Amino acid sequence: MIRVVLATCFALIALPAAAIDIKEVTSPGGIKAWLVEEASIPFTALEIRFKGGASLDADGKRGAAYLMSGLLDEGAGDLTSTEFALAAEELALKYDFDAFSDGFSISAQFLSENRDASLELLRKAINEPRFDQDAVDRVRGQVLSIIATDDEDPNDIAGKTFASLAYGDHPYATKIEGTAESVKALTRDDLVASHQALLTRDRVYVGAVGDITAEELGVIVDQLLGALPASGPDLPSAAPFLLSGGETVVPYDTPQSVARFGHVGIERTDPDFFAAFVMNQVLGSGGFGSRLMDEVREKRGLTYGVYSYLALREHANLMMGQVSSSNDSIAEAISVIRDEWAKMAENGVTEQELEKAKTYLTGAYPLRFDGNARIANILAAMQFDHLPIDYIDTRNSKVEAVTLEDIKRVSKRLLKPEDLHFVVVGQPTGLDASN
Amino acid sequence: MRRLIACLLAPAMMAFPAVAAEKITTFTLDNGLEAVVLEDHRAPVVVHMLWYKAGAADEAPGVSGIAHFLEHLLFKATDKLEAGEFSAVVEANGGSDNAFTSWDYTAYYQRIAADRLDLMMGMEADRMRNIRLTGEDVETERKVILEERAQRTDSDPGALFGEQRKAAQYLNHPYGRPIIGWRHEASELSRDDALTFYRKYYAPNAAVLIVAGDVDPAEVEALAKKHYGPLEPTVGLEARTRPEEPPQRAERRIVYEDPQAAQPYVIRTYIAPERDAGDQETAAALTMLAEILGGTGQTSVLGRALQFESNKAVYTSAFYSGVNYDDTTFGVFIVPAPGVTLQEGEDDMDAVIAKFMEDGVDPEHLTRVKSQIRASLIYGQDDVASLGREYGAALTSGLTVKDVQEWPAILDAVTEEDIMEAARLVFDRKKAVTGWFRKPMTQEVSQ
Repeated sequence: MIRVVLATCFALIALPAAAIDIKEVTSPGGIKAWLVEEASIPFTALEIRFKGGASLDADGKRGAAYLMSGLLDEGAGDLTSTEFALAAEELALKYDFDAFSDGFSISAQFLSENRDASLELLRKAINEPRFDQDAVDRVRGQVLSIIATDDEDPNDIAGKTFASLAYGDHPYATKIEGTAESVKALTRDDLVASHQALLTRDRVYVGAVGDITAEELGVIVDQLLGALPASGPDLPSAAPFLLSGGETVVPYDTPQSVARFGHVGIERTDPDFFAAFVMNQVLGSGGFGSRLMDEVREKRGLTYGVYSYLALREHANLMMGQVSSSNDSIAEAISVIRDEWAKMAENGVTEQELEKAKTYLTGAYPLRFDGNARIANILAAMQFDHLPIDYIDTRNSKVEAVTLEDIKRVSKRLLKPEDLHFVVVGQPTGLDASN
Repeated sequence: MRRLIACLLAPAMMAFPAVAAEKITTFTLDNGLEAVVLEDHRAPVVVHMLWYKAGAADEAPGVSGIAHFLEHLLFKATDKLEAGEFSAVVEANGGSDNAFTSWDYTAYYQRIAADRLDLMMGMEADRMRNIRLTGEDVETERKVILEERAQRTDSDPGALFGEQRKAAQYLNHPYGRPIIGWRHEASELSRDDALTFYRKYYAPNAAVLIVAGDVDPAEVEALAKKHYGPLEPTVGLEARTRPEEPPQRAERRIVYEDPQAAQPYVIRTYIAPERDAGDQETAAALTMLAEILGGTGQTSVLGRALQFESNKAVYTSAFYSGVNYDDTTFGVFIVPAPGVTLQEGEDDMDAVIAKFMEDGVDPEHLTRVKSQIRASLIYGQDDVASLGREYGAALTSGLTVKDVQEWPAILDAVTEEDIMEAARLVFDRKKAVTGWFRKPMTQEVSQ
């Protein structure tokens, strides 16, 4: 590939400007859901998200939410793990349960012809997971294998080290998968508790797109979620950011160094948020023509990929980036990045860059909107992020409204080259580790 | 939860490439360019893809990586555009673009508002015949591909292991060479190497155009004639034949040890027939065999026996991808449970396969797999761009539009006996490469 495809998990979720008719549905039981009816293909995509997720792991129980997410379909109600899988195959029901640092998601796609039976199966997984000991042990084994593999991955080591230095004792400081020790110590009771704490009605958001009416969706939502606990434990408070400028080297025997870097970022609700968003498009969106890509890759050939991003999370907002470069050139790559950070902090962007970024961002916006599953995801994400239902219609004008002055102001405020901390994993030459 | 295989193995496993037959139009230009148009009018988006019937397996010996390197260089200058301008124009129009190289093809694509198709085609046609490479661009970009290799292969013991296994699988066929190139060869690739490959293969008679999205097929054809129509084909482009494999006479075994090999596993790949035009039945049976043996953990033969009935494995799977120009492979994979050695894991896997060869296919299991295939025809309509990718890969791997359209029915017609016959054909240890992946054993031995 000519370039890395950016992982979008931290990227701003952009929304389409296309004509899209979102209905807010309130179920008979009082749960809200957003719906787009689209009957041309006989299936429905459903996306359910709960706030909290792995950030609700109890003290000493890191990895509980993650392991729990792998167990909902491993025996539920009257079905064993195998019986559940057989039934899902027969119905061609597609589903996924996923814990992430700020939430828990349930994604499902079901055929119209198999709707009732598919939903009954999902209901069991969501409401009546069995957490049989043999299933717990089996899935725990898979998680331990994933942890062991991640522990040898330079990218993962960089991310993990950055988080542990940055976040103190906040849940963000450790990986959601947990450590081998914490996962080995998890009991069935811990998983039951995690399920009770995470899947609650007070913080659930639902998006549905497909061959389904508002009335039908209301019934379905109650069927799937109506019997869940009304509320869960408090969410964590804001995370601290403990890193100051400098570099931390994690020695690792590899020909290429990986660097994760960042400093404090900006909140989505900040009046200058859109200016920051447009600014980052120019600085390090990862596309050709972004300054970091241009300077580090196109002019100097120091990397295959370099990018920066606004990392928006519930309890911390950072301005982050990543680069990989051979051990003997990573120091140069870092120095170029710092220079670009400083230049943009000082001077903002040019008129031409601003126009280019706006055209791209506003033009790309409607393209996100091309599939039931994608749209269902967006609907749930919008609610999860507390965006209004008409956000789609106003988003592009917020991008358009950003001026050169706005960007200059936000660049100066946000970009602090002296505060940037680089965690470098590898055998870099020419770097003085300051930590 | 992430599936374990995603952490250990790079190759994407396409379960059931299947395509709904309606809303597909095809045409061929006089200069040989084949085109497929897939309509989806739900959103004003188009994916424009140009696929070349040239990939890493078409490279001359000694210049491994040139197909991929050239892919990078196509984003540099042409007679009409400055270096980087192609992507800049795409972005300025709200689109995104990228490209990828495989053994059998190289493909370029843009995803953009449907009314910009004209512009995209104009630029893609321009760079098919008119790139203008400067020495400096070549020098800098070579550093980039070496960084890419460092990032994706050299820093990843699993990827290095995969490279070694592939090389062992193919003694003579160029599938044994990595797409990104062996480092010592990739670091010597020149402008001339790139241009030689370019002039030969980047031509309308070696290309397939795929347009998927909110478009009118007649309009697409008119635009294709306007932009691609005037391009000269490569005259005398010979039939695509690569050096063939000699008969394999003995199993090949690799023990790959690396201190960073966190999770030990065993992977075995058998040489296997690919999907051939008008002859896809064996490949269909192998596709079903992979699903039956190693599809879903809870229901597959390997998963049930080794992850459920006994706890001898953390993970098992079987995989097969039939879209290949020449012979492909059928693979089985086991991550033994802690305390189970790789030898025991391999033996366990072989014992399950041996028993399967005696017991045969559970008819109910086959019925379930087929119902999923039928469902994938419905779900697949939700992502017309990925349907387009399936057509692109198939048409550059020796298949026709008809083959792609018939594939779901051929899968549906596979019988239990077909699957067993395909299994007997493939499961021959003499045609296999068996790989062990683990940390160096010295520490454990000297306990």
